[in-house]
Amino acid sequence: MTDTIALQVTRYRPDRETEPTVEEFAVPLHNDWAVLDGLNHIKDNMDGTLSYRWSCRMGICGSCGMMVNGEPKLTCASFLTDYGRGPVRVEPLAGFPVIRDLVVDISDFLRKLPKVKPWIVREDEEPVGAGEYLQTPAQMDAYRQFSMCINCMLCYSACPVYALDPDFVGPAAIALAQRYNLDSRDQGAEVRLDLLIHPEGIWGCTFVGECTRACPKGVDPAGAIQRYKLTAALHSVKSLLLPRGAR
Amino acid sequence: MTTGPGDFTERAGDQAYHVRPYRPPVNLLWWLRRRTYLFFVLRELSCLAVAWAVLFLMLLVRAVSEGGDVYAHFVTWARMPWIVVLNVVAFAFLMLHAITWFNLTPAATVVRLRGQRVPPAVIAGSAYAGWVVVSALVAWIVLRQ
Repeated sequence: MTDTIALQVTRYRPDRETEPTVEEFAVPLHNDWAVLDGLNHIKDNMDGTLSYRWSCRMGICGSCGMMVNGEPKLTCASFLTDYGRGPVRVEPLAGFPVIRDLVVDISDFLRKLPKVKPWIVREDEEPVGAGEYLQTPAQMDAYRQFSMCINCMLCYSACPVYALDPDFVGPAAIALAQRYNLDSRDQGAEVRLDLLIHPEGIWGCTFVGECTRACPKGVDPAGAIQRYKLTAALHSVKSLLLPRGAR
Repeated sequence: MTTGPGDFTERAGDQAYHVRPYRPPVNLLWWLRRRTYLFFVLRELSCLAVAWAVLFLMLLVRAVSEGGDVYAHFVTWARMPWIVVLNVVAFAFLMLHAITWFNLTPAATVVRLRGQRVPPAVIAGSAYAGWVVVSALVAWIVLRQ
């Protein structure tokens, strides 16, 4: 007989509950099962109304982020056997409003993300016939790390500043802004700086560093924000001391 | 169904769905949940210790410049047990402030030499080395007779 492990899953059904409750399910404990497999087992065999997001099951779509035993994790990359004999607590990502069960409302992030212009901004757009904007491997290395972000929201969930002040632009959006600032093909750094050089932007970050520890893709948003602060400070000093043409 | 201030309507095709999200309250003791959160709050609080250290230093400089009775009075005041305890606590906070500050320098500073990124340990190490040199210089100025 297969061993089982207890999953303590947060349920929130707004049509009949005013606040979340916890429901426990015993799921098979297979060596190759992640927490997400346990949730899928519940949905397929025990309670089809359980709601949660998932898609790729290989740590790239960024949909299945949840709190697993109090830590923000991709549930497809968190294996049940790593939690001993259990029980394993599965909760919706902390710091976000809960829509239903394990589904959180990320529309705040989706509103903020385009504001930092996470795409290549050009002052002088070349015609398509001129070919690609070429880039050396060293130039690519400058931003590659920050381009690994999968928008999974684990960094927001780990960030106490975002939990206390939802107006804070937040780690992933700033790291993505930095990803394009460091891209040799981009010319939009000035525009993004204007958007992020305010108290709810880079200066909202107090460098707790939990975003970097939570990131499943090694992006280091905390590092991106601190580098951005240095750039912003130098920019302010230059604009104070240098004539316009020399900045 | 009751409607609350955070409710919104989501549309998918022709269907409209009323959404009543649950907003979890932030626990007052959230900063005790993790060691890193606790250190973060202590580091934020260390600014009070920095302010106290600056004030104490200014009072010391004034006492030294006045000399005589004023300086003797300052020394008597500074030896009071509660001032000593306050200064020990402030010193601990200042160390926390300085060490966490130096540890974050590699995160903010990316230096490239001959195409290679200078390792973070070298950047933090240089900051610590600078700290030791400046401290030694200050100690030499203060302690020489």
